[in-house]
Parts: sequence; structure tokens; C-alpha cells
Amino acid sequence: MEIGPYLMLASLEGAVTAAVLALTAVGLSLVFGVMRVVNVAHGEFFMLGAVLAWWVTGLIGGHPALGFAMALVLVPVLVAGIAVAADMTILKRIAYDPERTIVATIGILYIIQQVTLMTYGPEARPVTPPFNTRLALPWVEFADGAPRLYWPWGLSTTSYKLGVIAAAGGVLVGVWALMARTRIGLLMRATQLDRDMALAFGIPVERVYALVFGIGAGLAALAAVLIVPIQQAHYLMGGDPLLLSFIVVIIGGLGSLPGTVLAAVLIGLSDGIISVFFSPTLAKILATLLVALVLVFRPQGLFGARPR
Amino acid sequence: MTLLSTQGLSRNFDGLRAVHDVDFDLPEGQVRALIGPNGAGKTTFVSMLCGRILPSSGRVMFGGKDISHLPAHRRINLGMAYTFQITSVFANLSVFENVALAARRRVAGAEVAPVVNAVLGRVGLHERPDQNAGDLSYGHQRLLEIAMGLAQAPRLLILDEPTQGLTDQEIADFKALIGDLKATTTILLIEHNMSVVMEVADIVTVLNFGEVLAEGPPEAVHANPAVQAAYLGTG
Amino acid sequence: MRDGRKTLGLHLGLLALLFALQFVLPAYHHGNLARIMVLAAYAVGYNILFGYTGLLSLGHALFFAAGMYGMGLLVNQTGAAPLAALMAGVIAGALVAAALGVLALRTEGVAFMIVTLMFAQAGYLTVLYFGAYTRGDEGFVIQQAQRVMAGIDLSDPSNRYFAGLLVFGLAMLINLWLVRTRFGRVLIAIRENEERARMLGYDVFVHKLGAVVLSGTISAMAGASYGLLFGYVGASFASVQYSIFPLLWVLLGGAGTVIGPFLGTLFMFYLIDLSSGLTTAYMLIAGVALVLLTLFAPQGLAGELRNRVWRWLP
Repeated sequence: MEIGPYLMLASLEGAVTAAVLALTAVGLSLVFGVMRVVNVAHGEFFMLGAVLAWWVTGLIGGHPALGFAMALVLVPVLVAGIAVAADMTILKRIAYDPERTIVATIGILYIIQQVTLMTYGPEARPVTPPFNTRLALPWVEFADGAPRLYWPWGLSTTSYKLGVIAAAGGVLVGVWALMARTRIGLLMRATQLDRDMALAFGIPVERVYALVFGIGAGLAALAAVLIVPIQQAHYLMGGDPLLLSFIVVIIGGLGSLPGTVLAAVLIGLSDGIISVFFSPTLAKILATLLVALVLVFRPQGLFGARPR
Repeated sequence: MTLLSTQGLSRNFDGLRAVHDVDFDLPEGQVRALIGPNGAGKTTFVSMLCGRILPSSGRVMFGGKDISHLPAHRRINLGMAYTFQITSVFANLSVFENVALAARRRVAGAEVAPVVNAVLGRVGLHERPDQNAGDLSYGHQRLLEIAMGLAQAPRLLILDEPTQGLTDQEIADFKALIGDLKATTTILLIEHNMSVVMEVADIVTVLNFGEVLAEGPPEAVHANPAVQAAYLGTG
Repeated sequence: MRDGRKTLGLHLGLLALLFALQFVLPAYHHGNLARIMVLAAYAVGYNILFGYTGLLSLGHALFFAAGMYGMGLLVNQTGAAPLAALMAGVIAGALVAAALGVLALRTEGVAFMIVTLMFAQAGYLTVLYFGAYTRGDEGFVIQQAQRVMAGIDLSDPSNRYFAGLLVFGLAMLINLWLVRTRFGRVLIAIRENEERARMLGYDVFVHKLGAVVLSGTISAMAGASYGLLFGYVGASFASVQYSIFPLLWVLLGGAGTVIGPFLGTLFMFYLIDLSSGLTTAYMLIAGVALVLLTLFAPQGLAGELRNRVWRWLP
């Protein structure tokens, strides 16, 4: 294949990565923004989403779309419930102290991961996509001085991948509407701005925190349900989304939702394209170093405003 | 000889002028009181002297040297000591260790203990060296702050509201302590208690809205109509 | 002063006990204890930064691995003598720690944790990237012939036990000495109240950097010794898990105590050892322990001991 079609393919794959990453990272960013804590177990909520999606689709027979639709609705709610329980039994008790929360969520990470290993096992398991038509893609070439379309071999995507991009976009709009247009969003933003003031105004801050922690985990789980028909479910799959979400949230500016989405698109797309030129390990090394250096030299993020 | 001076020292916080264009001279050996209504910029001003806050513009000179760009710890090492307005002792360490940390700036090894014990004796905390600083009463924590300042044997001792929360007896002891120190140390103190100001200060500087409103001997400043107006809020 | 003697008595007593134990322990536990002592030295190094200076690093595997690979690659690639390689590993750790410290200490709190985590992750990936030399996840073995130092075969169990005791004893004595020096006391002051320490005229950055380098150097010494004594160098020792372990050991044993790291390493090693006999998901124990410690005993074993019984415990 020529480089042009090849890059187009990489961009399409990158767009799928970006869509899923944006959902996961917005969840992490929401938790950090409102609660001022870093949830190291975020990747495990993602993994849990994928594994539960496999379980739910397996329970329900019939057309794959039926099971998948059930998973899409049930799994994020289930995972959000687990997260709310963890918040109320653990994080609330340590008063959301930032450093102790990190240590506690590392513990939660291992608990979720290892319990999954004990129950679900070490295998990687696939989920059948609800729809999956192969779509060949055209490319332009110049023949006899005039442009014409042709269909290069291997340049294709699937309807499901396009569906993932659309679904993620829809959910992101939903999150934005929730934050900007609803009463619960108003409570969250008030808590984010000034916790003590929110308490003084009678906002039930602890319940807002539990809800935010649940929504954050639910978004990660939803992202995983969307990706699991493309990428199998495995108990160790939480590491990469965690790392990438960190990168996105830090580069986008801690706690800033628009910055997070922008960074997710940028990183998702470049991840696809960079891997054309670099080995994935080298790309990961550069990415982690980038995050560390951004935190050291530009803690407000590349796109973030200067702190107040 | 002038020990400390500032020229055009200013600090803005998001457009708010906390301190504006302050020229200030403190001769060696003087006890200077800095007074003014709440929010006049007193703590911001002394924080710029010792480097906790960087000025928006202006210069700070100490012992004839421009220290405007030195970090806080280097300024302290030139012979300044600063006691915090909001008590800031090492709460989980013993009273002795709190003062010893200050004393080790200038003495080492076996010399530390005598210095610490002497300083604790001077402020009246010698009976409780092993107690955790955090378990002391508020008044005793204030005294411990002062002891940490003394242990450094500074050329300039900056005290931010040292008598706040002290009992009458402790305030009387404090006045006597400043009287003793005068011979060896230049003192700049922010103070609200007028009886302390009138008794211990040689010269009083009044800050209002971040600017110097008046300066002079305590009696003259006390009688100054502009100062009275500022305090009563009618100016 | 009486407290000083009690302190010395307790810690020298522990070393004497460990020395004596080698003659009575069955082979299995004898081998375990040799490992525990070297890992406890790692925990002591971690504790200097976390327990005494109040800086929570999530990237100490970088230092442990710097020591281990600094030593291992030299032995494996150039056939260097073990002692020289050991020294090289320790120096590598010190250099890495200094570089990381200069960068990471510009941040504080949560950002410091994430920055150290990211640098360590980059280190782990670097080990994988240079798989041609490091053999990646699979790792490489240091042959018995290359583990003879000054005529002493370090693969022999009793020599190995003694070497482990030496490494741990050295780390613990450095720690004991540190808390008596001005430098160590300033570190504690920084942990308790950084701004006050600065306003007493202490250069907080330089002290923190010193703590990072000392902590990293001891961790590297442990890493290099571990590789040499047990003859294996692998990427798992550079992974996040090996950054979490010392945190777990120190939290369990008691942060900011000299004896805590050993207690924590001992208990956690046996907890994991016992549970790995029952299930492959033995890291579950680590997760549960982290959560329970954070919730109920943030002071750890030795910290609780200090609060309730021995006020003088350093």
C-alpha cells in the first residue's frame, strides 16, 4: 500500500482509540476535577467493564445485538455501583486525603484485578459485535492527469468501528449536557469550585463525591464495553487505558473536560500514526516521559489555563 | 547604621494593592513596631522582607546588601529570624527538638543542648522540654515560636503578632524579654496590643491600605489624627 | 541517653538474632530470610524518603532496577568482577536518583507521586526496549562462576545468608546514624512542616535531594545485591509492582521507624508466600493489606508499638 491510504487507515484506527480514550479519560478527569483525588484503580473499572460485558452477553442468547445492548446498559451501572461502594466504604473514611487515596486506590486496583483473575480466569475472551459490516474505503489516484477514485486492497473499516466513534461522541455530548444543563451538574461544579462553600450552602458533598466516583468509573466501563468486540477482555487489560488516561488528563490540564477531550483526540490519532513510524515500546517510553516532563515543567497541562 | 531598608516595595494580588511603594528604614538596635488596621498589608510586607512572598516591584536591602532576589532560606542565613503569625511549630516533635532545629543553624554537637535550655528558660518553657509541641496550650506555642526565633541569635528578629493569645502575665514577661533583647538584637514586630507597642517600641510605623501612613515615636503616632481616623475607620 | 542505649540494644539485638537464626532455621526458611533481608534493605532505603522526609514515591523500582541492571549487565556483557559490578550498580542508582530528584522535586504531593511513577514506567519500558541486552521479561541468569567474590561463592546458601545480613545491617545502621545527624533531623522537620523548616533557614530542596539520592542509593545497593545473590536479573524487578512493594512493606511495618521496614517485609513476604500456595491471585493479599492499612493503621506495626509501648523507638 502507498503511504497515503496507509495513513488514512492509521487515522481511522486512531479515531477509534481516541473515542474510547476520551470516554475513559473524561471519567478520570471528572473524578480529579470534582474530588481532587487521583483514582489509580480507574483502569480496573475499565477492565471490569470489558469482563462484565463478556459475562452479560454470554447470559443472554439470541442475536448478538440483544446481549450487547443489555451489556451497554447494565455494565456501566454495575461498575458504577461497585465504585460507589468503594467510595463509601474506603475513600470517605480517609476523608479523600490526596496521598492516602492514591495508596488506597492502588489497593483497590489489586483487589479488583486479582478477584477477576480468581473468578474470570487468565484467558482473553472475545465478545461478538452487534453489527459488523466491512466497508471498503476509496482513495484518490491520478491516472492520465485526472483524479479518480479506486479501492485499494486492505483499505477498509467496519461499521462497528464507525459506530464506536459515533456512540462515544454521543456520550461525551451527554456528559457535557449533564455538567452544564442539569441541577446535579450544577452541584458538581459548585463542589469542584469550593468544597467548603458547597458544604456551607447545604450541598451534600459526600453524596456528590460518591456519585462522581460512580460516574467516572461508569464512563470507563462504558468505554470498555464499546471496545471489547474489537479487543478481547482480559484481567490485565486495565494498565494501558490507565496510563493513556493519565497522559490525556495531564496534557489536557488536570480537571479540564474540554482540554481532556482535545488531548484524547490528539493522542488517540497520533498513537495510530506514531506507531506507523516507531515501535510501540519506544512510543510508550516517549509518552510516559512526556507526561512526567509536562507535570514537572507545565503542571497546568499543555492546554490548561494558568492556575488561579 | 541601617540594618534593613526597602525602596518602592509593592505587591499586587490580582489587581489588589496589598502593599504599595513602601520606603522603609530600620536602624540597627532599634525596636520597631508595625501597626495598622486589619488588611493594611503588614503580614504581606514582612513576608516580602524574609522572602516568603516575592514583591511585584521594589528592593529589599539587608546589612547593606540587596537581598531582593535571594530565596527565603538564604535571607534567614544572613541573620533574619521570622516567627509566624499563625502558630507554626513542629507539632509532632518535642519542645526541645523544635528549638534545637533552630539552634543547629549556628551551633553543633554538644553545644546545642545548653543553647536550647537557655532559650527555653528565657521564655519560661524550661519545665516541659519533652512535651510534644502540638500538646502545648496556644499561648505556650506562641512562646515556643519566639524561642525558636531567639535560638537563631538573629541580627533582625521579625515577630508577627507575638502576644496574640497570651495571658496578662505572659504579656508582661514578653515586654521584659524584649527589653533584654534590645541590647543585642534589632526587632521588628507587628502588634495589635497598644500597651505593648507603647512600652517596647522605639519607633512606630503605621501602614494603611498598603502605604505608610505615619512614622515616629509611639506618643506622637498615638496622638496623630490621621492614625486615629484610620483605626476608627472615619478617614 | 538511656533511650539511645535502648535503641542501639534493640537494633543490634535484631542483627544478632538474625545472625543466630541461620544455624537453626530449616533450609526453606533460611533461604526465605536471606531474600527478606535484602528486600528489607530496599524497604529501609524507601523509608528514608517516605517515612522520614514525607515524600511518597511510586517509582523506587527505578532505583532498585538501576542497581540490579547496573551490576547484572556489567557482569553479563563484560564479565566484570562481582565486587566492581556491585559498586557500579550502586553508583548507577545514585546517578539515576540524582537526575530524577532534580526533576521530580520541582513538584509536590500528588504530582510528585505521578511523576515518579511515570519515570519508573519509562525505565521499565527502556529495559524491555533494549531486550537484546536485557532479554526483557525473561531476564538473564548470572552464572555461579560469576558470583564468586574474593574467593567466596555467593551462591552457597550460608554465604548468601551472611551477605544478605551484611546488606541489611549496613542499610539499618545508615538509617540509625541518619536520624542522629543534623541532616536527618532536618528531613524530619521538613516532613512535619516544610514551610517552618525553610523559615529556619534550611535549604529544603537540597535536603530533599539528598534524601532522594541516599534513598535511591540504598535501594540500588539492595537491587544489585539481590541480583548477585540470587543470580537472576529480570524486568519484573523494574515494574510498577516493585515500586508498590516497598511502600506496602513500609506502611505495614511502620513508616518513619528504623525497625518497621524489616517487620513489614517479613510479614508481607510470608503472607504472600503462604497465599501463593493457595491461589495464583496472591497479589490480592497486597491489595487488601494496602486498603486495610490505609483505613485502620496508617502508622503500621512499629508506629503502633511506638504510640502504645516504646515511646523512644526511632
